[in-house]
Order: sequence, then structure tokens, then C-alpha cells
Amino acid sequence: MAGGSSSSTAPAPSLVDSLFQRSLDDLIKSLRSQPAGAEPTLLSRALAEIRREIRSSDPDTKAIALQKLTYLSSLHGLDASWAAFHALELLPSPSPLHKRLAYLAASLSFHPSTTDVLPLSTHQLRKDLSPSSPPPFSSLALHLLSLSASPDLARHLAPDLLPLLSSRSSPPSPLRPKAAAAALRALSVCPDVVPHLFKPLVDCLSSPDPRVVSAAVGAFAELASSGDPSSYLPLAPEFYRLLADSRSNWILIKLLKIFARLAPLEPRLAARLVDPLCDLLRRSSAQSLVFECVRTVFSGLPDHDGAVRLAVDKVKDFLASADDPNLRYLGLRALSMLGPRHSWAVEESREAVIRSLADPDPNIRREALRLIMGMVFDSNVFEISILLVNYALKSDPIFANEILDAVLTTCGRNVYELIVDFDWYVSLLGEMARNPHCTRGEEIERQLVDIGLRVRDARPELVRVARDLLIDPALLGNPFLCRILSAAAWVSGEYVEFSRNPLELVEALLQPRTSLLPPLVRAVYIQAVFKVLVFCFNTYIDRLEISRLSSLGNSTTGGASSIIESKSTAAASCIADGTTGIESNDGIAIGDKPASLFSSIENKDPFTCESLTNMLILIETAVDPLAENDEVEVQERTRNVLGLIHMLREIPTWKTEEQGFIKDNRIGEIVNLLQSMFSEELGPVSVNAQKRVPVPEGLVLEENLANLAWTLAEDDTAPFMSISFSLRSHQHGETKDNAASSVQSTSLLAEHRKRHGLYYLPAEKDGTESNDYPRANDPLLPASQGDVSEDLVKLTDQSLIPRKVKHTKPRPVVIKLDEGDGVSTSPSTTVKESKDDLLSGAIHDVLLGKERKPSSSQKKYSDKSSRRRVKDVSDNGESVSLSKEKLDLGDREHRSSGSRRSKHRSHGKERHTSPQKNDEKEEKNHRNSTRSSHHHERHKHRQRGEALLDVAPQAPVIQDFLL
Amino acid sequence: MIRAVIVMNTQGKPRLVKFYDFQPPEKQQELIRSVYGVLSERADNVSNFVEADAIFGPGTQLVYKHFATLYFVFVFDSAENELAMLDLIQVFVETLDRCFKNVCELDMVFNFNKMHMLLDEIIFGGQVLETSSEQVLKAVEEIAKLEKSSSAISLVPKSVSARFGR
Repeated sequence: MAGGSSSSTAPAPSLVDSLFQRSLDDLIKSLRSQPAGAEPTLLSRALAEIRREIRSSDPDTKAIALQKLTYLSSLHGLDASWAAFHALELLPSPSPLHKRLAYLAASLSFHPSTTDVLPLSTHQLRKDLSPSSPPPFSSLALHLLSLSASPDLARHLAPDLLPLLSSRSSPPSPLRPKAAAAALRALSVCPDVVPHLFKPLVDCLSSPDPRVVSAAVGAFAELASSGDPSSYLPLAPEFYRLLADSRSNWILIKLLKIFARLAPLEPRLAARLVDPLCDLLRRSSAQSLVFECVRTVFSGLPDHDGAVRLAVDKVKDFLASADDPNLRYLGLRALSMLGPRHSWAVEESREAVIRSLADPDPNIRREALRLIMGMVFDSNVFEISILLVNYALKSDPIFANEILDAVLTTCGRNVYELIVDFDWYVSLLGEMARNPHCTRGEEIERQLVDIGLRVRDARPELVRVARDLLIDPALLGNPFLCRILSAAAWVSGEYVEFSRNPLELVEALLQPRTSLLPPLVRAVYIQAVFKVLVFCFNTYIDRLEISRLSSLGNSTTGGASSIIESKSTAAASCIADGTTGIESNDGIAIGDKPASLFSSIENKDPFTCESLTNMLILIETAVDPLAENDEVEVQERTRNVLGLIHMLREIPTWKTEEQGFIKDNRIGEIVNLLQSMFSEELGPVSVNAQKRVPVPEGLVLEENLANLAWTLAEDDTAPFMSISFSLRSHQHGETKDNAASSVQSTSLLAEHRKRHGLYYLPAEKDGTESNDYPRANDPLLPASQGDVSEDLVKLTDQSLIPRKVKHTKPRPVVIKLDEGDGVSTSPSTTVKESKDDLLSGAIHDVLLGKERKPSSSQKKYSDKSSRRRVKDVSDNGESVSLSKEKLDLGDREHRSSGSRRSKHRSHGKERHTSPQKNDEKEEKNHRNSTRSSHHHERHKHRQRGEALLDVAPQAPVIQDFLL
Repeated sequence: MIRAVIVMNTQGKPRLVKFYDFQPPEKQQELIRSVYGVLSERADNVSNFVEADAIFGPGTQLVYKHFATLYFVFVFDSAENELAMLDLIQVFVETLDRCFKNVCELDMVFNFNKMHMLLDEIIFGGQVLETSSEQVLKAVEEIAKLEKSSSAISLVPKSVSARFGR
């Protein structure tokens, strides 16, 4: 593409250029006939050509160049902002064609934020807007205004819009609706124009021309939906009249949009709306209108049961329309607008909703899922989650993960508040991990570890689930699951005392395919091995101690054994609890049978001298090659494990006999020491924990690390060295790995393979090399869609409605920390632009008839300093709050009637349920109070949040209308 | 309001692009690509609505219709009705069909200006202006007549203006 400089260096266009200029059609043809890949060159050539031609003095040449540029900018994404001035040059052209091309270019590329020549168009726009220019010209100018008016432009041209907006010519002018659309833009970018344009726009509502009414209603719908709707409450009678009179569906839809915003502010208005809405629902044949009615009822009148009932019936029709996915989709959307108070509606359409989970349209499936998750309570979370997780097995990968996401988020919400039976939930997490499409490893990992930390009672089941995951070699190849496996490894290491068979666990953690895991997960695996190893030795020694003492006690003192037994409860009793069927009442059986490591699984007691020796050999063989691993975490953990093994080996009594342990207490000491390292329980950490840690004396955190640069400069050769080192060690490690697997441990591996065919492929091929393990769960044979949904519906014969269920088990204690724990970050508070405030303030003024003198306001508006404007608004704020107070007083007098009061109270309740609105109000109120000078002190002390809603009864018009 | 109107072919090449809230050209192209990415994934017998929050910001939706080789896409926010937008696409396509007598993609390629003229009579600054294709055609014919009469007295008798008049 030609750079910006080329325009300055390009030669002036010659006569030849304009004679042989390519038209837009020529350009399009050449672009279409180009070979693939040549587009960029062609475009840059065309652009260079345009840059030259557009500077021509001949308006025809210029117009065509501008047209070509507009085309390229709009459809090929070329930048056209540099030509803004050329478009401006063509705006005053007397030729309608040139003018249209110039306006088209301007409307597609001008914007106040990027076009700095925009103010230059003011004069021309004014000229084209004037009644003496042909209507098509005015139309073009209005179009540009409606798209790219800046606040300044809007302010300066508002008086010129006025005649167009209020024209009452007898064949209705086609410009009036366009002027309404331009006025909308002017009002929304520049609230200062409200005194000029608002009244005429309101007058448009009573125009006989439906197009004008439609444009005006559309403008109000837009204003009400983007800003503060309470400003438009005084117009409610006018809208209501239109609702009764209008026959155009377009207008009715927009009116309903407005009422949907107004009804929650004013209960009396809502009551008046019920009848016309029900009428429309019954008789309208236009689905768009019916849908809009349903939406208005659900969002604006949820308290009027009759209307809700009727709307729900319409939604059922939508859901039942087999041939139109659009209606089914919108039906589901409508249901999700209903709050939990109306869960009966979802319950009634349960079958359709669940059937929608199998819909071919992903939108419909997602919407159905959202609805179902909205119906989850602690009584039915069990059925629904199982249903969904099973269904996820059969659905396509994307939706399966959406289901998993939904289940994980719902169940994990607010520190698992829905979950009563954690054993069930933990096994459900295990099932999710086994879904072949699962890519939500991170969340499952987080929850597995989190539950381990928080819920003590869930730990045995957690360890069991973790074991099932760890021993499955098929899971290791799936990169999405490695995070889950990491959590499983951590859990089984941390809570190894609940493991039924620690030896089996060690084998699972060291199985050959763990080489497929990423290094960090491997490090967790090895650390888990370390913990298990320490645990095994500790238990073994404790038991020996007990048996020795009890045998002693049998002969001599009876009391000693019980004392020791109670001392070593932790480990021994855990084993007794965890291993069903192991006869470990007193641990006497130990050592009677010469069990091998591998037969010990079937054996009653896992811990014998020999099994431990074998375990040491297994660990050493598997872990040894990793001592030279590149990844520092893996290397470090491996070295720890190997260090412990070597230390144990060095003690000579190790090999002789079991009693050696007792005689030589050193092993006991080592193991006790290590055990104490891991015995302290890890708990969840509060988010604020870091803040509460006092800074130790003498530690200066603020100080600049100035001499760090010096330290780094000192050994700048280090990185290079470490690289070469790591390269070398990498090769070394590889060769060693090979050697180890081929020579040293062939026999061990062979034996392992023999006993644990489970971990190996049936073929003789080495499983570690190939990655083509069968999937853990192959999806079931594809059943026909109908069958699937049929099954689903059958499965959910249980009601979605919460039932009172007696829990057989009490809910275990879930450790919760401070308030903020586990709760997601607070919803983003909407920052309202001050512009909206300005707009609604200005509209209040106009509607209350408090018009300031135009001349003075004009002067104020022309002053651009923002400070000035803020002050201006503060006047508004004061006037509003003053009048409000007056009305408040009047209101209080009326409140003697009881019905009135109850209405007000319910109103107040509603206010509390919508936090966002409250925020806005609070902000507004705050602004009012800070702005108002000190003699309005009393306002500050008034209850917050009252400020805006009292505006409703303030408007006299609506009082008359509603009472 | 209506945020954007995009017509593109089934290969993702834009044929008519109009954004009612300003977007710079590069951003427009990016948005068009994202929309195409979504639409090309969708099967034929599914609903015409797509939640477009990820592409056009919160609260936006997209409705599209697939005719022959073209996608007609309207992007809008909560101030519009979904089914009404679907009808509006129908209005737009009908108008094109009446204007070009059995409209095809090639008509759209070579009638850049006229497409904008038609669209501007239906949607004005993001607001629905006219829903009767007859009225739209009448307005467009009037503009064409005005331009023709003025080009007749123009001193440059190039064939260019005739081309634009299409």
C-alpha cells in the first residue's frame, strides 16, 4: 500500500489521467479477474491511482476517485481517513450525483473521534438542511448527522433540524422521520439540545403519518433503553394512547420496549398495562409482537399472575413448533427471563426443555442447558448433575464441555453450597475427568484439591477416586487431563493414610507412561511417591513397635502395649479403617508370610520387610533416570526421593531382619523426622492471609534492589554456561534412560508386565513409545436423536421442582474462611456516564415546564468548559430534588389510605432487589448531594436511593392518568 | 438500535457493509471475519439467531439469513425485536429482488452505490425507517430521476453517470 508520503510526492494529475480514468466498474472487474494472491499489489496500485486522481481539479475525476476509495475502504478495509478533506470538498457540489458520492464517503468514514475536519462541514450541512434545498439533499445531510454528529455539530445544527422535525406539510414530508432519527443522535451525543428538540420529538408522537410516529417511538425506545427510563415516565399517557390506537406491529413492538422499562418503576402503570397486553397476546397473529408481549410480561409484570399464565401458554406454543427452530430458541430464551419465583413455568415445559438438549441447533441446546442449571437446588442437584454428565458422554465435544462447565460452576458455586453428599460429588468429578471430550482439567483440578483441603470427611472417597484415575494408563496420554492427574497425585500423596493400598499407588505413580506427562506434573507425581514412601515406612515401624511391645506385654506387662498403641494411633488406625478386610487388630500377623511386593495386593497386609525392599527397588529404578532431568522441579524431587532411599540403604541392619529396625533406631528416627514434615495438615488459605502476616523486623521490602544489577553484571556468563550444561545433561539423561530400561531393569519390568497386564497394551510393542492407547471411554454407539432425548425425558421423570428430601447423611463440615472466600468478584458496577445524567436532567426540565430562558442557556451551552456545564447541571439537580421534596410531602398526606401504602411498600422491596439500579441511584443521589450547596444539607441525610423513584409521583401528568 | 448490516458471500467476502456505530476499516474487516467464522460453522436447519456478545460487545445479537450464495446479517441490541429483525431482512431482500429483477450476487458486486441507497431508505442511523419495499423503491427512483435530469445538462457527457444511475 502506498504510504502517506506518496500523496505529497505524486505528480499532479494530468489531463490524460482524467481522460483515461478507471471507473469503479473497471476497478471491480480488474479485482475480480486477478489471479489469487495478487490482491495486495492490485490494491496498492489502485490506491496510488486514487491518491493522484483525487487531487484533480475536475470534480468528475475527483468524485470517481472518491467513489473508488469508498468502495475499497468499505469492502477491502483500506484506510480512507486521509481523504476526509476531499470528501468535504465535494459536499457543496451542485451535481446531485457528486453530492451523494461525497455524503456516502463521509457517512462511511467520518467519526467525531477520528475526523478532525468534521467541524468544517457545519456550514454545508446547514445549507443542505435548509427548506430551500431539494429534499434529497436534506436527506443526505440528515443521514450524515444521524451517523457521525459530534456534540458540537449537534449543538450548532439543532436549530436547523427544528423546521424539518416539526413540519406539517399536507402530503407528509418524507424528511420528518429522518429528522427524528437525526434528533435521536443529537440528543444522545449532546444533552444541551434537549430544550430545542425534545418537545418537537414528543409532538411527532401525535402525527397522523405512521412513519413519523414509528420513528419517534423508536427514538424514545432507544433513549429509554440506553439511559435512565424514569425521565420518560411523564410521557406514559401518550405511549399508552398509542398502544391502544396503533395498528402497526413495528410501533407496538417499540412501545412495548418502552413499557418494559417503565413498568418496573411504577406499579400503577404496570397494572394498567395488563389488559392491553393480554389482549395483544390473545389476538395478534404476528409472532414478533407476541414474543415482545411475552418478554414485556416476564420482565415488567412478573407479579400479575394472569398475564404470566397467558404468556407462559404462548411460550409453550413456541416450544412446540417443530418446524421453526427460531421460535423454539426464543421460547427457551423467554423462559429464562422468568425469575426463580416462576419456576413452575419451566417445570411445566420440562419435557420440551430436556428434549432441547438434543436439538441439532447449538443455540437451543445451550439455552436449554442454561434453563436446567437455573433449576438446580440442593435437593435435585444429584439427579440433574448425573443426568447431564451422562448426557455429556453422548454429545459433541463442544457441548459436552459446556455441560461440564455448567455443572462445575453450579456445584462449586459459593463454596459448594448445593452439595450435601461430598462422596458423591467427588466421584462425579472423577466421572467428568473420564469424559473423552473433557477439556476442563483446570477447574476439576482446582475443585479436587479444594475439596481435599476444605472437607475432611470427603478425603477417603477423594483418595479412592484419585487412585482410580491414577492407575488408568489410558488417561496419561491426554494432555487435557494432566492437570486432573496432577491433583489426583497430590491428593493421594497428601492423604495417603486413607489409601487402601499404598504399594499399588506407588506402582501407579511410577508406571511407564508417566513419561508422557509434562514435567511439572511429573514433579507432583514424584513428590507424591516421596510422601507415600515415608508413610509406608512409618506405618511399618509403628507396627513393629506395637507387635514387639504386645509380645512383650503378653509375657510380662499387659499395660504397655495399649499405651504404645494409643501413641501410634494416627497411622495404624487409619490403616485399620481404610483397609476393609485387613486383619490388623493388633498387627501381630506382620511378617508371618514372606510376601512379595506384587502379591501383596491380594495379600492381607501390605507392609512386610520384603515388600518394602521391593518398593525401594521399584522406586529407585523408575526414578533414577530422572535425577538428570532438565526440568529443575523434577530433578529436585527425584533427588529428594533418591537421597532418602540411599540414606535408608546405608544403614546396615536393613537387610538382615526385621528386628533390625528396632535394634537400630536410626531408621526410625529418620522416618519419624520425615513423617513429621508431612503430618501437618494443609488448609485453605484466606485471600487476605498475606495481609495479616506481620513483616519481620529488619526486613525492608521497600528498598530498591539497586545492587541487583551489579550482581547480575558480575556473572553474566552464567546463563551461557547453564545452557551448555543443560544440553549436555539432557543427552546424558537420555542415554541413561535407554540404558536403564534396556539393561538394568528388564527383569523387573517383565515381572511388572506379567502381573499387571492392565498397564500394558496386549501387543508386545512397548507401551511407552506409542501414543495410541484406546480412549478411556469410547463414546457409546451413536443412538438416534429421538432415542437419546426419549431416554433423557424418562430419566428426568423426577420433578425439577425442589422437593423436601431427607438426607441420610448430615452435610459434612466445609471449611469456609472470611467473607470474600470463594465468592467470585463482585459484579462490575456500571459506571454511568455523566452524559446520561445530563440528558435525563435536561429532559426533566423540559417535561416539568421549567424551561430556562433560551438566550441564557444558549450562552451557557456555547461555553465549552466542562466545569461550567457541571455547574449547570447542579442547578437541575437542585430543582429536581426540591420539587421532589414538595411532592413527598403531598404524598405523605395521601398515605392515610392503606392500599396506597402497601403499594409503596412493595415498591420499596422491588427497589432492593435490583442492585444495579440502586447503584445508579446511589451514584446519582450522591452526585446531587455533593453538588448541592451546604444549605441543602438535609438532602444528604435523607435515605439513599429514594432520590429517583420519587420522581414518579412528582409528574402531575401521570398522576392524573393513573388515578 | 441496529448496529450493523453485513452482506457477505459464503466464502466470507463482504458485499455490503454498513456499521451504525462507527468502526475503523481494519476493525470492520476483523468483525466480518469473526461473523463469518461463526456463520460458516452453522448447519442449514438451525435457528437464525446467534448471541454476538463475544464479537460486538455485551447485549448484542445477530440474525442472519442464507440465500443462495449470500449471508444477510443484521447485528442489533436489546432495543430491537429478534423476529422483527428477521422480517426486516426479508424486506431488504425483497426490495433488492424487485429492484434488480431476480437479484444475484453479481448485482450486489457491481451496484455498490445503489445498495447503499436502498439500505439507507430502510434503515436510517440505526433506526428502522421504512418497511414497505414499494415505498423504498419509489424514494430511490426519485433520487435517480433527480440525478439524471441534472446530468443531462452537465457539460461532461461521460458515460460515467449512466453507470452510476443503475
